[in-house]
Amino acid sequence: MSAHESTYVPKTGVEKWLDTRLPIIRFGADYMSLPTPKNLNYWYTFGGILMLCLVIQIATGIILAMHYVPNTEMAFASVERIMRDVNGGDLIRYVHMNGASMFFIAVYIHMLRGLYYGSYKAPREMIWIIGCLIFFLMIATAFLGYVLPWGQMSYWGAEVITNLIGAIPVIGEPVLIWLRGGPAIDNATLNRFFSLHYLLPFVIAGCEVLHMWALHTAGQNNPVGILIPKEREKKDTLPFHPYFTVKDGFVIIVFLMLFSVFVFFMPNALGHADNYIPANPLVTPPHIVPEWYMLPFYAILRAIPDKFGGVVAMFASIGVLFVLPWLDTSKVRSMRYRPTMRTFFILFVINALILGWCGAQLPDAPVIGDFKTFILIDGDLNSYLWLTRFTTAYYFAFFFVIMPLVGLRETPKQIPATISEPVLSGGDAMTAAAPASAEKKG
Amino acid sequence: MTLQMNIRAMKKTLALIAAVAGLSLAAQPALAVGEKHPPRSGGFSFEGPFGTFDQGQLQRGYKVYREVCASCHSMDLMHFRTLAEPGGPFYDSDQVSPAENRFVRALAKEVQIADIDTETGEPLMRDGTSADRFPNPYPNPTAAAAANGGAAPPDLSVMAKARGGGADYIYSLLTGYAAVPQGLQMRPGQNYNKYMSGDLTPFMPEGAEVPPGGFIAMANPLSDGQVTYDDDTVASVDQMSKDVAAYIAWASDPRQVQRKQTGMGVLIFLFIFAGITYVSYRRIWKGVAH
Amino acid sequence: MTESVVTENGEGGDATRRDFIHIAAGAAAVGAGAMLAWPLINSMNPAADTLALASIEFDMTKVQEGQQVVIKWQGKPVFVRYRSARELQEAVATPLSALKDPQTDADRTKAGHQPYLVVLASCTHLGCIPTFGTGDYGGWFCPCHGSHYDTSGRIRKGPAPSNLVVPEYAFLSDTRIKIG
Repeated sequence: MSAHESTYVPKTGVEKWLDTRLPIIRFGADYMSLPTPKNLNYWYTFGGILMLCLVIQIATGIILAMHYVPNTEMAFASVERIMRDVNGGDLIRYVHMNGASMFFIAVYIHMLRGLYYGSYKAPREMIWIIGCLIFFLMIATAFLGYVLPWGQMSYWGAEVITNLIGAIPVIGEPVLIWLRGGPAIDNATLNRFFSLHYLLPFVIAGCEVLHMWALHTAGQNNPVGILIPKEREKKDTLPFHPYFTVKDGFVIIVFLMLFSVFVFFMPNALGHADNYIPANPLVTPPHIVPEWYMLPFYAILRAIPDKFGGVVAMFASIGVLFVLPWLDTSKVRSMRYRPTMRTFFILFVINALILGWCGAQLPDAPVIGDFKTFILIDGDLNSYLWLTRFTTAYYFAFFFVIMPLVGLRETPKQIPATISEPVLSGGDAMTAAAPASAEKKG
Repeated sequence: MTLQMNIRAMKKTLALIAAVAGLSLAAQPALAVGEKHPPRSGGFSFEGPFGTFDQGQLQRGYKVYREVCASCHSMDLMHFRTLAEPGGPFYDSDQVSPAENRFVRALAKEVQIADIDTETGEPLMRDGTSADRFPNPYPNPTAAAAANGGAAPPDLSVMAKARGGGADYIYSLLTGYAAVPQGLQMRPGQNYNKYMSGDLTPFMPEGAEVPPGGFIAMANPLSDGQVTYDDDTVASVDQMSKDVAAYIAWASDPRQVQRKQTGMGVLIFLFIFAGITYVSYRRIWKGVAH
Repeated sequence: MTESVVTENGEGGDATRRDFIHIAAGAAAVGAGAMLAWPLINSMNPAADTLALASIEFDMTKVQEGQQVVIKWQGKPVFVRYRSARELQEAVATPLSALKDPQTDADRTKAGHQPYLVVLASCTHLGCIPTFGTGDYGGWFCPCHGSHYDTSGRIRKGPAPSNLVVPEYAFLSDTRIKIG
């Protein structure tokens, strides 16, 4: 489905004047009338939720920046001043803090949806790749932001993660000193992290524009995973407004309810108590853990015994997402019609949750009960160290082994000829049309 | 597409979000064998979504802090005027502003604040005003550590947020001093506390059962009747511990009660808003096969 | 053809646009937007620590007769001047017709404490701090653009449009004032 032609006709004098000089009303009207596949389910609302999250984070962040002081002597106290003295400051701070968690909940669901329905496959590779870039920028922004309150976790999390840069052979040490602005994490580091934390969300917003542009060029995917040809547009699509604006609006409100439960009633539940201890470079906290949304990657980092190997694996776990469109060999997009792949996908989700859990545990701690089995290489088999390694192995195997192989060897179910078909024919798409004819390219 | 299918789809989404949220909530470091007890409940009035602070308890707690704890523990992020904020220990509905609250002014006057003479620049001590911060008992962190055997007493401004157990933990710790367990090798300058985190395995003989808790540098600071309460409440160690824990919980987040109340209103509004929007959504989509 | 909602298989035509429920949803959305925007805007209003310094107290015994003391209030300088008998007499005797901004000295001081004058140290022209005891009228002279103030802080000559501002203050005792 290609970008649709504009149906907007300027009516008033002002509209006509504007239309020949800067067609923003046309842009808005076209957006609102955009033909959207009518079978989109609730999983597709998370893109809109993410846009809202970005706006909320930027708005609250700009206000917080009016009161926050990026100096090691004053940072912690300035955050508490916001909590106590600034009008509504406690709410704004907690919205920003929990907004980051909500942002990541939404982005993980959004990415898993893309994975499940094959939204990364041709002709939508660029949407996916820019999306991966946005995800990477989100992680960077979150890491920088977490350092700013200058608590124990802020400082030591920064210490651990920047030390990874030092693990890169040859250039690691000088780059580390350049990044920190000195031999250790100090005022220079805090100031520049604040500046970059302010900058990156706007880079994300720019990438977001590219993401939407690519989306509108290639066309919105749908749960059936077939392209909608021009002649089917009237039957198979609905204008974005009011059908999907209101639908997305409803889910956004439910999302805001979850958000509110955290902000108003348990604002520190997703955080770590140690970050309310002012940073002390001379005292290491007993357990250094990142925020929950980084736990799977932290687990992968610790799974590899070699320090640099762990860094490579951690970056590779995000990097593999960028090349995903070329790893999947299946001609069928939606896993609704790929039962074998769907099983592996569900395992992948469970695996990712376990991987996250592992990230918060001590490597030596036993997984089941309290007993020891035998030492395998460098750790007991019944330990989180080995559970992390197995789950890391599945993570990479899913992309590098399972996706290419299953795509070539599975027998997908019959794909409906059109998206209206599964609905009108009662849900069981046993039509005569073969899967290949319903689309030009898999 | 029926209502049932919509609701099922929604339930799946919510279940997944809940699973992720639950996982993230559970992402605490594992408790190793022999670590401290989980804290005892202090039965605090401010817990739960509808909890509020008991102003009497906060006043007693402030008195315990000021008379017992403040000789070693700073509360650098607290100002006297904050005591008069709505929901705080000395809030007076007649006050013009928190800074002009008469109780807070009187309490501030009782405390000496280091300042410099406006004419000569010489350091001096003067009566506190409501705009002042709580004074730090030590001039700098090095002095604090030196005066306490190398362990600086931590600042208490956000202590209820800085410990996983919150007010319950503070209450448990203050009432958790116990007789030294049989066989425990004490380190010099340390005290045994059942609720302090730590691993006592290296300090017990081989094979002996490791007692819960750990070493804390602070000796038991409370004894019965140490503080005389103005409201005639009996000042037992248990009572003082509860009161000062509640006070510290308030000081850690003075606006929490107002926030919970606003939250109730917001959730009710969002619930109604969700209902209206859902009806609007169904009306728009009526009759559309999808 | 621009805004009508056309579907071949539904009722979502123009009839729904006027439904009350859609208006209600829209209104709730606007309300939610306002509820989100207000705390952000209000957070820029003065915070509790700024408001706490909104008033200060000052010990008048620090001012010598014929002299002034400059104190800082709300981040800005304030003149506290103890006028000598001659200066006070000059201020009281000035006819209102000679003043660009007519005000009696009694209106600018507190009953029973006439010798004391408290004014904001900000020239009413463009805000520079006037110098003490200079100028043609014995009060203050603003070096920026040449405004002359008398011993009651009233503008007599120069571009300033009005008298030096007397802030809200009160005597708590004979020797102590509270400004603000």
